[in-house]
Order: sequence, then structure tokens, then C-alpha cells
Amino acid sequence: MGKFLARRLLNHVVLIFLATSFAYLLAATNLHPRDYFEQMQPPPAPEAVNAQLDTLNLNDETPLAQRYATWITGVVQGDFGKTIQGREVADQMWMKAGVTLRLITVATLLGGAVGIAVGAYAAVRQYRRFDKAATAASFFVLSVPTVVIAIVVQVLAVAINDGLGFQLLRYSGEYSAGFDGTWWQFLGNRIHHALLPTTVLAVALFAAFARYQRNMMLDVLGADFVRTAMAKGLTRRKALFKHALRTALIPTITYFTFTFGALVSGATFTEKIYGWHGMGAWLIDSIFRNDVHVVAAVSWFMAITIMAASFLSDVLYAWLDPRVRV
Amino acid sequence: MNTIEKSTETAEAPSVPPAPDRLKDVVRRLLGTRRVIVGLAMLALLTVLAFVGPLISGWEVGRRDFSAMLEGPSFEHWMGTNRTGQDIFTQSTAGLQKSLLIGLLVALISTGVAALVGAFAGYFGKMTDKALMWVADLALVLPNFVILAILSEHFIGQGGWLVLVILLAAFSWMVTSKMVRGLTISLREREYIHAARFMGVPPHRIILRHILPNMSSLLIADATIMVSTAIIGETALSYFGLGVQPPDISLGMVIAAGSSFATTAPWMFVFPTVLLVLMVLAVNMIGDGLRDALDPHSTSRRS
Amino acid sequence: MSTDIIETTEVASDECAGEAPVLEVTDLTVTFPGRNGGPDVHAVRGVSYAVRRGEVLGIVGESGSGKSVSSMAAMGLLPDHAEVTGSVRLHGEEILGLDDRAMARKRGKVISMVFQDPLSGLTPVYTVGDQLAEAVLTHEPRTSRAQARARAVALLDLVGIPNAEQRYRSFPHEFSGGMRQRVMIAMAMANDPDVIICDEPTTALDVTIQAQILDLLRTARRETGAAIVMITHDLGVVAGFVDRVLVMYAGRPVETGGVDDIYYRSRMPYTMGLLGAVPRMDLDDQGALVPIEGTPPSLSNPPPGCPFAPRCPLVRPECEQTEPELLEIGDRPPGEEVRARSASASGARAPGADAAPQRVACLRSGEIAAQGWTAQDIYPVPDIPETSFSHTRRQDRREVLRVTDLVKHHALTRGAVFKRRVGTVYAVDGVDFDIREGETLALVGESGCGKSSTLMEIMGLERPQRGSVTVMGKDSSTLSRSDRFRLRREMQIVFQDPMSALDPRMTVFDIIAEPLRTHGRSPAETTRRVYELIALVGLDIEHATRFPAEFSGGQRQRIGIARALALEPRLLVLDEPVSALDVSIQAGVVNLLRELQARLGPAYLFVAHDLSVVRHIADRVAVMYLGRIVEIGDTRSVYSRPAHPYTQALLSAIPLPDPEKERARTHIVLEGDLPSPANPPSGCRFRTRCQKFLTLAETDRERCVSVEPRILAVNGEDQGAACHFAKRWGTD
Repeated sequence: MGKFLARRLLNHVVLIFLATSFAYLLAATNLHPRDYFEQMQPPPAPEAVNAQLDTLNLNDETPLAQRYATWITGVVQGDFGKTIQGREVADQMWMKAGVTLRLITVATLLGGAVGIAVGAYAAVRQYRRFDKAATAASFFVLSVPTVVIAIVVQVLAVAINDGLGFQLLRYSGEYSAGFDGTWWQFLGNRIHHALLPTTVLAVALFAAFARYQRNMMLDVLGADFVRTAMAKGLTRRKALFKHALRTALIPTITYFTFTFGALVSGATFTEKIYGWHGMGAWLIDSIFRNDVHVVAAVSWFMAITIMAASFLSDVLYAWLDPRVRV
Repeated sequence: MNTIEKSTETAEAPSVPPAPDRLKDVVRRLLGTRRVIVGLAMLALLTVLAFVGPLISGWEVGRRDFSAMLEGPSFEHWMGTNRTGQDIFTQSTAGLQKSLLIGLLVALISTGVAALVGAFAGYFGKMTDKALMWVADLALVLPNFVILAILSEHFIGQGGWLVLVILLAAFSWMVTSKMVRGLTISLREREYIHAARFMGVPPHRIILRHILPNMSSLLIADATIMVSTAIIGETALSYFGLGVQPPDISLGMVIAAGSSFATTAPWMFVFPTVLLVLMVLAVNMIGDGLRDALDPHSTSRRS
Repeated sequence: MSTDIIETTEVASDECAGEAPVLEVTDLTVTFPGRNGGPDVHAVRGVSYAVRRGEVLGIVGESGSGKSVSSMAAMGLLPDHAEVTGSVRLHGEEILGLDDRAMARKRGKVISMVFQDPLSGLTPVYTVGDQLAEAVLTHEPRTSRAQARARAVALLDLVGIPNAEQRYRSFPHEFSGGMRQRVMIAMAMANDPDVIICDEPTTALDVTIQAQILDLLRTARRETGAAIVMITHDLGVVAGFVDRVLVMYAGRPVETGGVDDIYYRSRMPYTMGLLGAVPRMDLDDQGALVPIEGTPPSLSNPPPGCPFAPRCPLVRPECEQTEPELLEIGDRPPGEEVRARSASASGARAPGADAAPQRVACLRSGEIAAQGWTAQDIYPVPDIPETSFSHTRRQDRREVLRVTDLVKHHALTRGAVFKRRVGTVYAVDGVDFDIREGETLALVGESGCGKSSTLMEIMGLERPQRGSVTVMGKDSSTLSRSDRFRLRREMQIVFQDPMSALDPRMTVFDIIAEPLRTHGRSPAETTRRVYELIALVGLDIEHATRFPAEFSGGQRQRIGIARALALEPRLLVLDEPVSALDVSIQAGVVNLLRELQARLGPAYLFVAHDLSVVRHIADRVAVMYLGRIVEIGDTRSVYSRPAHPYTQALLSAIPLPDPEKERARTHIVLEGDLPSPANPPSGCRFRTRCQKFLTLAETDRERCVSVEPRILAVNGEDQGAACHFAKRWGTD
């Protein structure tokens, strides 16, 4: 088992390496760090720009292969180069990665759990009122881009706050700037801020999971083993809960991998719109700043998370399904 | 072989009348689903609006009315104007047109690629399978959003949006192709595929004549869903100014421009957003209905 | 078999013959309302029966006859939207219409069920032991976990699972089909129920496993004293097992009575046809089978009269007006009454059948009884001409196919997520045989014996891993690409499953034309030939433009045969061509195959697991076990004097559709399951299950363990067996 996990992991590492290199090369050829400096006021001397670019390993006059070699040597040693403002990419990255991961993890757990529960129950009540309502709701949510959900929720929050006259819902930033208080108060403040963006992300995830779980559940509802469970004396409800749901969870786990990519880009909008300083927002900003190293680093991070999600779902799958264990 | 095939079909035509029973059946079942009817009607209306809207509004796309900037809906400007005096109705319907085109093209290309890659990987197995699926895995890992964003400068200019279409398609075929591959592997063991193989039918013909037609229903349904995915993707990119570039206009751009005025000038945001949601909803309804009507599995579920 | 847990608490069956019935079903109907405007499906239309303690009732019918649905309705297992009317009484208490909670208390406790498909019948994610313990815990919630577990282990032991203690922790996928069915039976027995309903309990199993399971069900009946309702389509299975039989057709019982009455004195044309359509393994020369033309009526829109009327050879105009009641033969019109009574009184009654007189739903039952008609009298049976080769000696005929020392090994992989190779499956491990012009060689064996792999190797025409395949004198390993393409014309295949053998998106015309087009026939010739073939296999010309989904299984199989014959091959490979078909349909296809061979003269390689069909169609037979042929020879010799212990066991395991013979027979029941083809036993592969091995002396056993037997001629004729002691068994 360990050997096969290791081989799988190695394949993942190769894919991550290729994806990151590809992103770097694309960024290095298509972004123009020189513009960033030349647009400065007052315009610096060309020699100064060149010198600056050289220290950052961003000079487009240096051959691409050479720049790539310098960069990749650094990456292998954990050095992701410098941002265009000259700060260490790696230092900032860990902080921002934490922000994004917190958002994604909580939203996934929340959206996944609620989605699975609603989808499974809808399947059991197929064609009844609950099923119809749940199906319609998830269908509608799936038809609205995350951006729109994020904006609409924000607009609503503003309206509610205005109506109430005080800040019930926070819709900007990760925590109040200059907040002072105990560790617990600080945590409370963070949760208060995290409420809306997490919900936005979870809602989209909820819809996808609810629909998928409903279909998977319908597939096993008529399964022979559910009938067997009832034949030995379980009530329908118990047979469904204990035998059908447990089995129908398995394909949903693999589905998680497929939704993860969408989740990461969904997180980008949410961060940007709610003013969180996460990886997604950082990426957008750095593209406009022509910041090659940050773009490559964010690509690396995204590839890692996608691979980690896929690896995790493989392990979960093997854990849930005795047929693939061994 | 192909020439024989063609001539055969023409020769036998008089003695073998076409038998459209299955098609009729599908159409009957489709029309029996209210979702599909509503979806089709909505989509038809939106399409008409997209192509006729810019012509009847009385304003040209991109033209500014300096006498009316950031004004609410009026007789002159049905859905109001934006900060620079452009007519929201005209901009939105023109954007809808482009978004619709992008969605359709992306769906067409990516489903085609997915079908071919998946079917060949699944049918031939071994190294072909490993190589093709490795490419698919790589494409899944590549941060598509980053790449699209980096390359957004190429979307500028005449036909630039076609580059966007190709890139969007390049990053949306993988999941479908994995599904097609899985189906192909199970179809490959079907006895009629064995029969064709033992008859001497060459592999590419088996794929094109026996395998792909037998999953066409699924492909059609999936392509429909892909239309909405592409539209949503384009909107998201445009929100950051990384999608369709001026002078082209898309729904995403109109929404992005309106979003910052969502509280102060809601007409700028509401109208294009409603158009977008309605269109995606319509397409999803059709796709979902198609899947139910065409997938024999889901019908057995009903009985 | 261990019985320490389940004591024989109840008295033997004959003592309670006078008791009130345990389960009484009266006028049960089940209707599935049509969805999306479709018509309602009347799956069951008035079924009544009663069973007493220790009694076994057989419900016989073909697919779609409503036999399973009626029992599911009795158990309260149908989906909510099914409309059920009538009455189901358990110990006199009405249980139809009880709510799910009340019904759940009865299920598994008073009335339990064994289902057909053991593959999907157990939840894949729980261990078999836990699922069994759950059956105990559900009804006795105060039982401790340890007690429930101990009981589950005891039950596993009782149903013959070796190492019950360890196997408790196994997951269903680690069990073979037979073992899973044992677990299902253990589950059904767990709470000493009063009624066990068995829904096709052996249909998905191999014949030697079927014998084990039937044995086990006999044990279950003895141990629990329960009444058993045995639902099956196999007339052989019920013959030796049940006391009474209920024959169903199109959702209604059409004949019921004691088992001997039904088998020897059937008065309903449908039952008669069904019995005549079964190929018999015990008869030397049965002649053509009795085919029942047509297909069962649609259940959504049944015809007003007798549902069997459209297919009945004795149909009269009045049959199509009203549906005949299920009546005693004597209760039919007075003119026939006397004769009918005398006819039924003359036969010996089955013991205990007095309580249930024979009843028939046919207007002409009295007449049938009076005339003493048999199936052969009322059904038109085709005449099958002799082949043109039948007068040429076998060794003088041309060789169509020769397989020498064929080997096919493939990797055994584990895991879906982390796939890897864990061993080698010796699927085909040195197989030799040849087929001559115009003859039929049957390759028989149980699932996993390698017969299908052999066939795929032959059809693939590639270079085998070892050995050779020679078709029409051409060795497949020396073929060029174009040679191989040309050689494909000489050999075609007909598959088992008529559902998946035809591309659902192509019309019948295109399906049959495909081989012709592929091999470059001109359009005009293709069209001509397709219509010729359609007529040849007994389909209508109008069928050409339809899609496979519009045909019944038998018709689809005919389309498959037409496609295979399109290029006039000299070798036709038939992969279980009739095993997916109902008996009445199967007879027609078997007759067609025999007729086509006689007329067109192709050689058949007939792969099957059903030895009765094989006896009927094959000239020679080769018995496979774990990738090797253990016995090969002339069909008549092999069936009358089987030399290999496995062949003997196989033949003995097949139940005969003849109650008296069946009751008189002793079956050889093999121990255990087929060993894994990835790890075959050393020496003789059959020795681990061999019933004769145990009777051998120590030195002889040594030989079985160490030396792999080769096929040696026995009985002086065209027969050979791979057993060191074959000669010894022959003289027994």
C-alpha cells in the first residue's frame, strides 16, 4: 500500500513541477515587469530599471532559460524569488495561503455537509415537496455565478446594516483594522468577518453537492442490498440511513476532487470582493503589477492544493470503500 | 472502405426507409418535461433579445449619451445609462450576444475534444490511455485561471475573443473526457463491440460508429451544461477585466462595470445580472432535462 | 453441519398438515401506476395461495409473470407508489396495509426472504458478519453485541461457511456468489421464521453450487420447520423440492396442484409447452424441443381473454372473450366433468396434496384431460433434417478449427484507486481440441473455468501466449493483417446477452449489413443478402427498419444469428446463445440453430454452462475445469458413461424436470467453491473438491497431488478423461 501511495505521490510531484514551470514560463513571456518600473513617477533611468530587474531576476534581456534556471534552483530550495517590490515571496505566501486555506476548508466542510444531508434527504423524499424545493434551490444557485452571489450578498449586507443602523454583518476585510482586545475577542471578530464570505463559498458548494448526492442516493435507493436490509427487519428509514447513505457517500468523495478546482477560483472572487488578503486576491493584484514570481508561486500553491485534494479523496475513497482497500 | 460505405447507403435508400422512431420517442419525452419546454422558451426569447435588442434600442453599442450619464431607466434609455452615458439595455443585449456565442463555441470545441480523447484513451488502453490521461491530469492541475489571466492581453483586438474561446475550451474538456473514457471502457466490453471487432471493423470506425454514437445523449447533455459553465467562466474573468476586451463587449463586462454601483445605481447591475442568470438557468434546465430524457438509467429510476 | 445453536424446535412437517396455513395470500393484485402519462402496469392480477408449516410451494413462471412481485408485495417491500390490493394473512393476521414499523417487526422474524442476486444483495461496505448480526439485533435489541456476534458466527457455520470465526470479518466482495447466497440464507434463518420466501435463490449460481444451495435450503427447512415458497423459472429445481406448484403467466396463476399432477398430468397448454420446451439431460433422443411461438402479452394493456390465447395452439374464439377462472378440472362444463374426474382420479396423488386439488385456468382443460394430450400432440414441432455430413466418418471430414496447447494468462490486479498486479490468473492453461466440418463441439464448465477466455483467444486470431490456434488450416500466429481480415469471414460469433450484442443505435438492417459492408460487398448484394438472412432466421421483412430495443430477447438473438451468418462462415462460435432466454423462447432458438446447421453446414463451437442444452445440440462435448479440459468426447458417451469425477458430479448436480426421477436420485454434492484460477492446486486441479479423492489410498492420493493428469482415452470410443484413475471409475 505504502509503495503505491508513494508512486502516486511521485506522479503528483511531477505534475506539480510541470504545472508550476509552465505557469512561470507563461508569466515570464507574457507579463512585462519592465513596464511596472517604467511607469513609475518620476520615470527612473533605464540603467536603474535594468539593475533593479536584474537583482529581481526579471530582466527580459536575460535569456529566458537562464532566468528559469535561476528561479527553479531557488524554488527547489524553498526560495520563490522576490516580489516586484523586492520582498520575499515565500514569507508573504505562507500568510496568504493560511487565509485562503481557512476560507476553503471551512466552506468545504460546511457546504459539503449541508449539501450531502439535503441531497440525501431529497432523494428519499423523491418528488415530494422537500425534494422539489431542494432541487429548485440548488438548481437556481448553480445557475448564478459565484461573483454575482458574492456581490448580491454584499449589497444585502449593506442594506441590512443601513436598515439596522449598526454593523450586524461585516463584509470587508478579515478583521477590523487596529482591533484591540483579548485573544478570544479577536477570534470572535475574525469569525464575525468570516461569516459572509464563507457562506457565499459554501452556498455554491452546497448546491453542487446536494444535486450530486441526490443522484447518487437515487441510484442506491432501489439497490438489492437496501431491500435485503428491509427484509431482515429494518424499517425503510433505518435501511436507507444505515445502508444506502453510507454506500452513496463513496462516489461523492470522488466528486469532491472535481469541484475543488472551481472552489479555488470561487475563493478568488470571494477574497477579492470581501477584501481578504488571500492567494486569489494576491494573484489578481500581481497580474496587474506584472509580478512574475508571485504569479508562479500562486500557481504552485493552486497545483498543490488540487493535487492534495485529489490525493485526499483517493485516501478517503479507499477508507470508505472496502472494495478498493487492501 | 469509406467509399463503399457511402455508395451503399445511397443505393439502399429506396428499399430501406428511415426509421425515426427512437428520435421521435426522445422528442416526445423531452417535450413531456416541463423543464425543457420552459428552458427552450426562455432561451429562444433571450436569443431573440440578444440579436434584436441592440438594433431596436435606438442606441449603438458603445455610443455615449453625454446628456444622460448614470441616469435611471427612462423612455429614452429603457434600462438607464452608466457612468459614461452608454445605454445599459444596448450594452447588455450586445454582451448577451457575445456571451451566448462564447458559450456555444466553447461547449462545441471542448465536448468534441473530450469525446475523441476519452474514446481513444478508453478504447486503446495501455500506453495511449496512460499518455492521454496524463495530459488530462496535467491540464487539470494547471491553474487555468492564472493562465487565462496571464494571456488576457491576447484577447484584445479583432477576433481576440476567439482566443479566449479556445483557451476556455482547452481547460474544460478534462472531466468530460475522463467520463467518456470510463464509459468507453465499459462499452468496449459490450458484446456488440466485440462482434464488430471480430468482424474485422477497424478500431477508428468502431469508435466513430459504435462507441461515440452510443454515448451521444450523454455528450449532448454535457455540452449543454458546458455552455453555462463557459458563460459563467467568462463572466468571472471579465469581472477582473481579464476576459473579453474592449471594443468587444460581453455580459461579464457590463456586470463588472455595474457591480461597483450596485447600491447607488442598481439598474446598472440588476438588468445584466438578471439576463445572465436567466440565460444560465435556461441552458441548465435544457441540459438537465436532456440528461433525464436521454439517459436510459434515469428513466428506469422513474418507474 | 453444526446445530448447537438452532435446535430443531418444531415437529416434522407431516404432523402439522392439518394446521391452519402460516401464510395465506388471497386475490392479491399489484399495479404500478404509469409515470409521465404512461399506462398502468398490472404486474399481478389476482394471486391466491396458502402454505402450511413445513410445506414447500413452488411458484413457477417466466420473466414478467409477476411471480417475484407478488412475493415482494407479501413482504411489504414494494415501493410506495405500487398499488396493492387483496389480502395477505400471516398466522391469520392481516399484514397488508400495516405501516412500515409494524411490518418491519414481522420481516425477518416471522417471514423472511432469500433473494436472487447474491452479488448485489449484501451491502458492500459492511462485513458479512455485521450484516448477519444486525438481523439478530434488529429483532432482539436486548442482545449484547457479543451474543449477536456469536450467533452470527454460529449461523455462518451452520450454512457451511468454513472458518466462520475469521470469515465474519470478510466483506461481501471477498465472498464467491455461492458463499454470499449462503450468507443470505443464514440471514433469512437468523430468527427462526415461520415462512421463508426464496426468490430464484439459485438462478445466478453454477450448477454444482446450486446443488449445494438446494441442499442447504432442505437443511433450513428441517432446522426451522418453516414453510417455504420457492419462486423459480427452472422447472428442474422445483421438481424434486416442492410439494405443490403454482404456475403463473402474465400476472395470474394458470395452473396449480400437487407437483406430480403438474408434471405428469398438466391440463394447461402453457404448462405443457413449458415442460416440453425444457431440454432433458436424461433422455437420449428427445427430438426437437417444443417451441411456444410469440411472446407474453404486455402487462400494461392485457388482452381481454385468456392471456395465453395468442400463443396457444388450442385457442378457440371463446378463449379471447373472457379470462378463464382458476377452477378444478371437474368444475368445468358438465359434459366433460365425468371424464375429467376419472382422469384425475386414476393417477397416484403426491403425498399431502389432497388438501390442494389441481386447478386450471383453461377452458379446454377437461378436453385435454380426456384426450390425454401431451405437449408434442398439441404444439407443432419442427422437423430437423439431418446434416449432409452425418454419413461421413468424423476422421474423414475437414478440420475447421484446431486448438493446440492454448494458454492465456493475465495479470490479476487489485484495487480501483491504487491498481496494481498481485498475481497471475491462469485463465486458459493448455487446452487442446479440434472441430470438424458440420459438427458441434460444446465447451462446458462453470463460471471461471476459462471457457469464455478460450473463445476470446480463438476469435482474436492473434498469436497466443503459448500453443496455437489453427482456423481452416491457417495458423493464427503466421497471419498477416490482411490474411487475418480475410480469415474473419470464415468464423463468426453469436453472443450470450441479446441486449448487449446488438448496437442499440443501429437498425436491424444496418446491424446485419455491417459484416457485409466491412468485407466490401456491393450495395445491391448487401441489400439482397440482408433480406435473405432476415427470412432465414424467421423474422419479418418489416423488421429491417426497426431498432433492437423493439424486439424480444428471442428475436434479438435471431438478429445476432443472422449477422453471424451473413458472410457464410464455416465456423460459428456460440457463446451461451440461449442462457439469457426464457425456456419457451430458448426452445425456438435451439431448434433454429440445429436447423441452420443442417441446412447450411457450419461447424459450431458451442460454449455453455447448461448441460441439458448441450446434450440436446452437441455432437461432442469438452468439459473444462480451471483452465483445462478434464473430459472430452462424443456427447452420448460422455453423458451415459462420464469418466471424470468432475463430469460425474456436474451431471449429477443438474435437477431433472421429473419429480419421480428426481426424488429417486442421489446428487453428488461437491464440497466448497471453485479454487481461484490465480492459484490452482498442484497436480490434478480438481482434487481439492473431488468426491473420489477421499476414497483413494494414500499412495494414489500422492499421485493426484503431484502429477498433473493428461487426457487419456477411456471406454474405447471417442472419449478421453484427464484423471489418473478414470478407468477405475468406469468399472464401478
